[in-house]
Amino acid sequence: MSGTHHFLTDERYGGSVLHDLDPRVKIISMLSLPIVAVSTPAKSVWAFVAYGLILAACLGLSRLPLGYVARRSLVIVPFVLAVAVFLPFFHDAGPGGYNIGGVRISETGTLVLWNTMVKATIGVLSVIILASTTSFAEIISGLEGLRVPRVFTLILSFMYRYAFVLSEEFQRMRRAFMSRNGGVRNLWHADMLGPLLGSFFLRSYDRGERVHVAMTSRGYSGSMKVSAPHTADTADAVFLLTMAFLLLMIRISA
Amino acid sequence: MNAAVLIKNLDYAYPDGTKALNDVNLKVAEGEKIAIIGANGAGKSTLLLHLNGILQGDGVVEVLGTPVVDNHFREIRQRVGIVFQDPDDQLFMTTVAQDVAFGPTNQGLPTAEIAERVHDALTAVGMNGHGHRTAHHLSFGQKKRVATATVLSMQPDVLVLDEPSSNLDPRARRHLMEILQSLHVTTIVVTHDLPYAYELCDRAVIMSDGKIVADGPIGKILSDEELLLTNGLELPHGFFPVVGGKKERR
Repeated sequence: MSGTHHFLTDERYGGSVLHDLDPRVKIISMLSLPIVAVSTPAKSVWAFVAYGLILAACLGLSRLPLGYVARRSLVIVPFVLAVAVFLPFFHDAGPGGYNIGGVRISETGTLVLWNTMVKATIGVLSVIILASTTSFAEIISGLEGLRVPRVFTLILSFMYRYAFVLSEEFQRMRRAFMSRNGGVRNLWHADMLGPLLGSFFLRSYDRGERVHVAMTSRGYSGSMKVSAPHTADTADAVFLLTMAFLLLMIRISA
Repeated sequence: MNAAVLIKNLDYAYPDGTKALNDVNLKVAEGEKIAIIGANGAGKSTLLLHLNGILQGDGVVEVLGTPVVDNHFREIRQRVGIVFQDPDDQLFMTTVAQDVAFGPTNQGLPTAEIAERVHDALTAVGMNGHGHRTAHHLSFGQKKRVATATVLSMQPDVLVLDEPSSNLDPRARRHLMEILQSLHVTTIVVTHDLPYAYELCDRAVIMSDGKIVADGPIGKILSDEELLLTNGLELPHGFFPVVGGKKERR
């Protein structure tokens, strides 16, 4: 339960200029930064330094505590560990490879590692900045403002709303299950997990039907109107234009 | 006076053939507060879902003279507001305000009026100032109140509550009771919480095996111990309704 809470913050963290920006502006910016970064050739090291500077500036503006940001960035560690760290050893050693104490390190592999890590970091930091300065409700309404089809935003908001409800339900079932099994220490056996997941699925399905009845009862007929329109002000325009200008310049020269 | 709800010869069987309602007849006058009591599986909740056409059986269901049939659903669902038992089923939007606005938005009201309705409904349940919050962060009692507000914002003529007091602690129970008593709409409460029904309603009907087996002033119904027992009901220990003494008691 607390795990879910950690990843899905619904209250914004702190307050700043960045917090007050139009959610649409933040979504566009923090989405285009990683996309542009991913499309940048790995060898243009200085371009990544520049992206890093942009992120640092945003972090500065957001006034998020660095410890908090660092802790949340740890999300990528498992991926980096599991996948990327071994890359330098697996690739064929090209002419530019290194040889340290008999272990051959390939240049291509190292480049791939750098490429993966730096781009993953940029992506994660962008998401952290977006998610910590924008509440989930704002993100949803921002997406609606960006003309994302209502079906998608509705699915997103349901997912967000019911992630908590369902995970708590699952915890309760698991607890009841464990209580009758003298506490299973080792990994659950498939034959125990199966029924648990099965009844969890049925319960979730029933829940879905009840929610639908509740929606229908309040006049839902399959389509919904978009919530109140957003109004962007000067700060939004300045931020968006600066971001677009910087990204364009960096990407073109890289 | 016009009947707020009129049910005549209503039968309903679930798709698997189980008979859930058997020749149900009920007339609820405008402004009346009525309790539908009965054991689990008596057909109370099934009956409730007929009031706005979620389920459709054989027979007549009318709300304020309008038959509950396909081409009236839009109007009917505006007039009949159902508060379901589990508020987690009823609060499905990202914020409390959005949930309360859901009904009025579907009615196609102008933005300014929606905002006003949301404000009024949240004020009526004492949850003003919580509009920006996520349902997940509310207490169970608060969720229940917001769930009530999501229906009040539609300004229904008939308010239907399914087990309003279930899972509420005494304070939340009291708070919800005060809210429900302050509303001047026709109210139908489905429950087996007899003291709650007694305090809120003037009239009670007992359902058993899909039928209405008793109908009368609530004090009289609840004093008939044998009637309650045969229908799987029981007054809580130490609770004695006063026949005809309800109004004076308040």
